[in-house]
Amino acid sequence: MGEFFQAIINFITYAVSIAPRLFEGLKLTAGMTVCSLALGILVGLISCFFSISRVKVLNKISGAYLSIIRGTPLMVQAMFIYFGITGALDIRITSFSAAIIVLMLNAGAYLSEIFRSGINAINKGQMEAARSLGLPHGVAMRKVILPQAFRIVIPSVTNQFIITLKDTSILSVIGVAELMRQSNQIVSGNFRGFETYAVVAIWYYVLVIILTKLFKLLERRLAN
Amino acid sequence: MIKVKVENLKKNFGSLEVLKNINLEVKEGEVVCLIGPSGSGKSTFLRCLNKLEEPTDGVVIVDDYDLMAKTSDINKIRENIGMVFQQFNLFPHLTVLKNIMLAPVDRKRMTKEQAEEKAKKLLDRVGLLEKADVYPASLSGGQQQRVAIARALAMEPDIMLFDEPTSALDPEMVGEVLEVMKKLAADGMTMIVVTHEMGFAREVADRVIFMDGGYIVEEGTPEEVFGNPQNKRTQDFLNKVL
Repeated sequence: MGEFFQAIINFITYAVSIAPRLFEGLKLTAGMTVCSLALGILVGLISCFFSISRVKVLNKISGAYLSIIRGTPLMVQAMFIYFGITGALDIRITSFSAAIIVLMLNAGAYLSEIFRSGINAINKGQMEAARSLGLPHGVAMRKVILPQAFRIVIPSVTNQFIITLKDTSILSVIGVAELMRQSNQIVSGNFRGFETYAVVAIWYYVLVIILTKLFKLLERRLAN
Repeated sequence: MIKVKVENLKKNFGSLEVLKNINLEVKEGEVVCLIGPSGSGKSTFLRCLNKLEEPTDGVVIVDDYDLMAKTSDINKIRENIGMVFQQFNLFPHLTVLKNIMLAPVDRKRMTKEQAEEKAKKLLDRVGLLEKADVYPASLSGGQQQRVAIARALAMEPDIMLFDEPTSALDPEMVGEVLEVMKKLAADGMTMIVVTHEMGFAREVADRVIFMDGGYIVEEGTPEEVFGNPQNKRTQDFLNKVL
């Protein structure tokens, strides 16, 4: 029994000792998540409107974008943008900017499909009723369709946000000093893989729980 | 004064001809009921009058506006044409009051205050003033449809279109909706009503139109159409429903 408690105490002591470094990583993880999701929502909305537009060219653009992003791995995209494109065009961007671009494009593609399914889920009588009152298409979309679609898609959007949050760990490969990379560096210095990765897993887990709770709260707020 | 003028209206869905050749004139204050079997094109015809369906060919003039002209602003025209749907189509994310206020405020017909006053007046007229602040989901079907009528009236339209307004209602709620429509007719509103309520058509309509197979087969006063139908198809239909 004594040994077990000692092991727990050792683990906690270790977790506390690496907390400052992980916290440095957390700042980047959180920063990447928030920035890329904010931009991803924008990209997703634009792509969604392209995909439901009556203009065929816009459908095609959105379709190609979705197909490329969904058809290639995130890590390949990250490498391609950070090392490939910057090398070919001889430009320099920070790994953090590259990470945000990649995550934004990814989240945007999946959110685009989530938004589209939400809009399609609204009975077409809603649009007809709005238009019959003389509201132009854009106004009907903004004031009647989107507010309803927004509520429907919250669970799926929550899901996508969680995925993006966890995907930030992949960006450690292009050198963003986020949570995952910090823990890798700790392990390469002290070889304590078991404790370190256990601790970082807990950090991610807590982040996801917080995010989930926030959205549950939002969902409840919006349900009248 | 002619409010609605339709000439040689045709509507195809792909290769299916739904409306073959429709001609109709509706005078101001007239109540016209469209009856006929399902699939006869009544609803499609009604929806052509505010361009929820794009007519394939023909002339549609509502309120002196040519709906088929490329230059006409359909939104402006629709402000003058209220429509009530079978499925009510209230906006579930807005309260009853906000449902009614949305269009008048957005289209800058009224200020917020004027629209609210107007909405309350209309709710009082359909007997639902106490429901102003609830959401549509908590209303019965009959109540929802009365709110939908109030919402359409808020834009102060010259013409009201009703697309089977009582068909989705439980039997005991049909009466309250028809009551509101009768009052509206008595107030002089120009109305075109697609309905299966023959009692309503007989009592309220100035003119009854029987449609079948994409044509207007017979029209006349309720006495003529119900009392002495000339066409075989009208007779068959009336025998089945009366």
